[in-house]
Amino acid sequence: MKHSPLEPAHREAGGRMIDFAGWSMPVYYTSIKEEHEAVRSSAGIFDVSHMGEVFVSGEQASQWLETLFTNRVGKLAVGRGQYTIMLNHEGGVIDDLILYRTKENEFFFVINAARLEEDVTWLNKELPHEGALIVENKSEMLAAFALQGPKAEEILTKVLPDFKPLKRNEIAPIAGYQSALIARTGYTGEDGFEIFVTKEDGLTLWQSFVAAGAKPCGLGARDTLRLEMGYPLNGSDLSMERTPLEAGLEKFVALHDPLKGEFIGRAVLKQQSALGVTQRLTPLQLCEEGPPLRSHYQIYSGEELLGEISSGAFSPSLGKGIAMAYLPIEFTKLETFLEIDIRGKRYKAVVTTLPFYKKISPSSKV
Amino acid sequence: MNVPHDLLYATTHEWIRRDPSDATIVTVGITDHAQAELSDVVFVELPKIGAALTASAPAAVVESVKAASDIYSPLTGSVTGVNEALPSNPALVNSDPFGEGWLFKMCMSTPEELDSLLSPEAYSTQIGS
Repeated sequence: MKHSPLEPAHREAGGRMIDFAGWSMPVYYTSIKEEHEAVRSSAGIFDVSHMGEVFVSGEQASQWLETLFTNRVGKLAVGRGQYTIMLNHEGGVIDDLILYRTKENEFFFVINAARLEEDVTWLNKELPHEGALIVENKSEMLAAFALQGPKAEEILTKVLPDFKPLKRNEIAPIAGYQSALIARTGYTGEDGFEIFVTKEDGLTLWQSFVAAGAKPCGLGARDTLRLEMGYPLNGSDLSMERTPLEAGLEKFVALHDPLKGEFIGRAVLKQQSALGVTQRLTPLQLCEEGPPLRSHYQIYSGEELLGEISSGAFSPSLGKGIAMAYLPIEFTKLETFLEIDIRGKRYKAVVTTLPFYKKISPSSKV
Repeated sequence: MNVPHDLLYATTHEWIRRDPSDATIVTVGITDHAQAELSDVVFVELPKIGAALTASAPAAVVESVKAASDIYSPLTGSVTGVNEALPSNPALVNSDPFGEGWLFKMCMSTPEELDSLLSPEAYSTQIGS
């Protein structure tokens, strides 16, 4: 079992520790609902030290990454980040990630904990023999946390008074901290920051954010928050068996961009795009009072089994079950009524739009 | 952790309260320890009135944000009543597990099964409180 450098703080705060992708991580401290609501209304802080941090540098870094990822790397200015996807040669998703350009010839990206080893193996396998490209996995050296919520910036400036404002998806070093980076991004749908610091600095900085008013939040709330926004989770909503077009992520695939050119998986996606996808990741919402939706529950139209839930939850903001599922295209139209089998009982659900949770006032800069 | 002294307990974290006026009837709920482990209860599936229950077999389902958990019948018998307040307010299981958050009442067919339930002291030892 791997241990986060922030674990002493989790134990002290009464965090319920679980095994997540081989890491001992807090699933919640007091209540998933309370933590969820704190992020929607104020600010929460999540330990994401289990995620992988990889640096790629060298003169040809941009050109190489262009062939590995679906979004156009070339349009990234120094200090900016973008959501992008790494595909295998069959067009299946290896991982989804945020790619930052930290210098002209240096890129930094954050990848899913469960995929770290496979991703790094894949990168090394695809690494061209000639040229001087360096792939560095710095995951073991860094602590990472996400400060999220409408009050994130206020709390951040209390702890780091020298902080220079960042726009959404911008990344910058942190003055006074070695090898530290801060990016304005997140996985909750709220304004916020992801902060990467050395293991040694992690614990003190975490405690300063908590003291300044950020509520410690576990992976449970991280999951309900991301699902309310319809953000996919790799391993559940994304997999090697699904393409980003089926997952509804075409916005992040520069399929027809002449400046992008070839990338791994493009041929399959081009063909799929021309023929049209036959299945699509579809948001569903329970229409009646019922249990939380959970992965693998089966979805029916009458007696026809259509598929199963890839990600499901009880949405604390909506007070009902929400889910994502790959469904045949003819059942993905808005307001299509379907049924979900839960322990032998059918519950009525409807195809809805993303995000599940729509903010009432545009208070954040998402 | 609260373990009231006037109740009996099952190793699977249900409590059993004997009816003062009818020796064959008991009320069943989940313990304070169980509700704390589950955290935010958002849905409760209760048995139907009249349903036959078997000791140690699933009788109800309590779902928190995190997971669905089977609740086991501590005794053999039939359901005589269910907590009608829970469908609209499942959080009662968290806020008042030994009172307003009760799950169902049952009529025992084999009252000697009561002898195999845990005393408050034995249950306290089991949960380490």
